[in-house]
Amino acid sequence: MFRRLEGPQTAGRGPAFWGLFALVLGAALAYPLFSDGYTVGNTVYFFVWVFIALSLCLIWGYGGSLSFGQTAFFGIAGYGYGILTINFGSAYGFTLLALVIAVAIAALFAVLLGYFMFFGRIAGVFLGIVTLAVTLMLERFMAQTAGPEWRIGAARLNGFNGMSAMPPLTIPWPGEPIVLFADVGLYYLVLGLLVFVYLALRILMNSSFGNVIVAIRENPERAEMLGYDIRKYQLITFVIGAALAGLSGVLYTVWGQYITPSSMGMTAAALPLIWVAVGGRSDLTSTVIGTLVVLAAFQALTIYGSQYALVFMGVLLVLTVLIAPNGLVLGLMNWLGRIAARFTQRAG
Amino acid sequence: MSLLELRKLNKHFGGLHVTNSVDLALQVGEIHCLIGPNGAGKSTLFRLILGEHHPGSGDILFAGENITALKSFARIHRGLSVKFQVPGVFKGLSVRQNLEIALQSRHRGAELEAEIGRLLSFLGLQSEQAQIAGNLSHGQKQWLEIGMAVSLKPRLLLLDEPTAGMSPEETHVTGEMVQRLNADGMTVLAIEHDMAFVRQVAHRVTVLHLGQVFAQGSIDEIVADERVAAIYLGQAHA
Repeated sequence: MFRRLEGPQTAGRGPAFWGLFALVLGAALAYPLFSDGYTVGNTVYFFVWVFIALSLCLIWGYGGSLSFGQTAFFGIAGYGYGILTINFGSAYGFTLLALVIAVAIAALFAVLLGYFMFFGRIAGVFLGIVTLAVTLMLERFMAQTAGPEWRIGAARLNGFNGMSAMPPLTIPWPGEPIVLFADVGLYYLVLGLLVFVYLALRILMNSSFGNVIVAIRENPERAEMLGYDIRKYQLITFVIGAALAGLSGVLYTVWGQYITPSSMGMTAAALPLIWVAVGGRSDLTSTVIGTLVVLAAFQALTIYGSQYALVFMGVLLVLTVLIAPNGLVLGLMNWLGRIAARFTQRAG
Repeated sequence: MSLLELRKLNKHFGGLHVTNSVDLALQVGEIHCLIGPNGAGKSTLFRLILGEHHPGSGDILFAGENITALKSFARIHRGLSVKFQVPGVFKGLSVRQNLEIALQSRHRGAELEAEIGRLLSFLGLQSEQAQIAGNLSHGQKQWLEIGMAVSLKPRLLLLDEPTAGMSPEETHVTGEMVQRLNADGMTVLAIEHDMAFVRQVAHRVTVLHLGQVFAQGSIDEIVADERVAAIYLGQAHA
């Protein structure tokens, strides 16, 4: 299984790549030792978004189905976590169970939506339209739940102001439970999940399943005529992607202890597309790097020139499409790879 | 014994009667060529056989089983395989990956590697295996797709204009490939305009015209048929 960590579907291979990976991971593990709690918490915020970016990379970059609605699963799981934990509290490790249930709810919603889309042979731009409509519909619905009648048990949905005061993730521990506030504790949990998801997706994409997903992107008719029921493969990919977007939503809710309808709005739906496109949608590593870099730049711009941040995002997307349609980070990685190969050839 | 049988197959697109009560029986082990002028309904007939179009009426029987209502992928599992008119390879992937995707559901590990090697050798594409399929010449793309189609070890191979855009030499090589596959027991139904190819491989020929079976027989009988010359071969030889 581990030999599938490398393969034609993922950039980066050999001792040099994995050496660099170990170095970056080591630096990430040591980072909280040299930083303050606020900055570490802010880094957790960046990490949280990488899961939704990876979900889009899987569905769009590898699978060829442009989903504009990953934020729908983000919001469903975020609200799901809030409703569950506000009602049942955090004792006995329930928050961890709530995380799993909330992600499962998002995945189940994806099964229903994906079934009608893929078995109804909706493809191409129409898939983007349907998924965008779903996320905007959910945003509109949640925004009008301000009245006191909109509650599930003790959890008020709270309309446009969103839901807040859900407990953070709490790990039961002998003596006193460990509460993961948005600093070092949550940092290590999210980092661990990120590394696990990244490596698991590398294995998945270099497996025979990943081969079929890429084949469907390249030529769905040919893939079907090789005997693959492409609808099932598309649906499974969509559900895995939805679960990852849901994980992003739960972690975001846990991080800030709030979730609002705007997390499913137009801007929220568009931003992951930009991160993934700029990084390189058809590669996991490029997506991770691209998302973190663009998020950091976006935050810096928001702080120092707030009104231009979104305009900058738009310009960045246009430049990417014009200069490096496969992604700036992936383009840079391929260029460095070619230089390294030339250097090795000369040395040989 | 018939491997494929089409019974009174009809297909309309609005008012256009593209396939008009077609009866056709393919014997096990034969190479059968479908010829006819453009618009005769040849490619539509393929899409009906493959399940990409559904007939208005009529039945499709494969090895005695009625497959008319089956999905495309289920028909492939029964033993059908196709090479499309426009080469349907995975353009962004390497030649090797194209073959791996075609073979992986039937082979694993060392056996998969051996099968890829065997197919590369059969197709004459060993030195192109690392190339991106989209960068191959047109003829090589056609061969690669034939390789992907035959990798399924189908009982019936459908070839839609397998030599389109090929040089006479490439056409001849393709004919030899088809004959070797047939010698190994594969039944072949090919749509083709190149009469040199049809002469090289066909055991029987069916002429389609205006969605109907117009004539059927050996290549010599078809060439000698003045009615066929009038509607098709006269133009093809012109």
